[in-house]
Amino acid sequence: MAANYLVPLQLKFGDTLRSEEFRDNHRVIVPAEKIIDVLKVLKEQFGFNMLCDLAGIDYLGYPDATDRYGIVYSLTNTNTSERLFVKTYVNDPDPELPTATNLWIGADWMEREIYDMFGVTFSGHPDLRRILLPSEFTSYPLRKDYPLRGFGERHNFEKLIRSEG
Amino acid sequence: MAMKIDENVFVSNLDALASWVRKHSLWPMPFATACCGIELMATASSRYDISRFGSEAMRFSPRQCDVMIVAGRVVMKMVPVMQRIWLQMPEPKWCISMGACASSGGVFDTYAVVQGIDRFIPVDVYVPGCPPRPEQLIRAVLDLQEKIQATGTLNAREFDKRTAYEGPGDLVKQLPRGSVVVAPGDYRTGTKVHH
Repeated sequence: MAANYLVPLQLKFGDTLRSEEFRDNHRVIVPAEKIIDVLKVLKEQFGFNMLCDLAGIDYLGYPDATDRYGIVYSLTNTNTSERLFVKTYVNDPDPELPTATNLWIGADWMEREIYDMFGVTFSGHPDLRRILLPSEFTSYPLRKDYPLRGFGERHNFEKLIRSEG
Repeated sequence: MAMKIDENVFVSNLDALASWVRKHSLWPMPFATACCGIELMATASSRYDISRFGSEAMRFSPRQCDVMIVAGRVVMKMVPVMQRIWLQMPEPKWCISMGACASSGGVFDTYAVVQGIDRFIPVDVYVPGCPPRPEQLIRAVLDLQEKIQATGTLNAREFDKRTAYEGPGDLVKQLPRGSVVVAPGDYRTGTKVHH
């Protein structure tokens, strides 16, 4: 399937926008400040009307990686079943992206999950708080520098003894 | 003054009698969080039939139960819930830790999974297996019956003496307490999370 969106996108957003292809897997790599504009064009002009998934990647220690966090928007055109992965990068110390909830309301919980696991904040999100972990949790467990066994979170509970119940 | 006792009259002490009655009528609280829960359900089925041992009356209210069967992995968000359910059960009560995850965390040695429920609530019988077969759970019920007969008292006063923590020691890899303050609620607040 020919990627008819690529040339118009590059005309509009310039050479900062890269594309990759592997078999039927199409990817567009976008700088963080243009991500919402690109998503908006893809949704409104090229029919990618569904945000299937939002994924985060931590590239800490990854060979030849220049950026710390990758955020992948997985889009689907529900009329043609075409799929597209839009990827962007953010970095420490304050990884932040604009929210996509104005385009897809379903991005709400997905962005909360990315925030919960990676600590990437989404500016303009209506209700950005942790979704899976308890709100007292202080770390972001899917970051590569977080130890697998945690910082002792699983043991900070009161111990019940038998005579008390 | 000698008195002849009739035949078919038995002399016992009240503790033993209470324990004998109790052990054949255990009411389990199924705290099933994972695949062990499926085996727990199978144990109650007609094929394995836990009612042969008097503990078929599973109730989903802790206030009606006296054995909590923790079947499956318990994550840290679940610990306050588990403690609250345990405290809601009336005395005398016992706990069966069913399966590798409930007893030790099993293969889930991650930040979110508790490495054995005995670190936070008292446990009487451990059942190994991943998941254990129904026969193993029935064996655990029989072991618990033995324990109740051996230690039980009429007014559950055998628990009063156990005032110390009886669980395992700290994990080798565990970081010192207080290095990071994370406490997702406690049993008093249940699932409620403070902001």
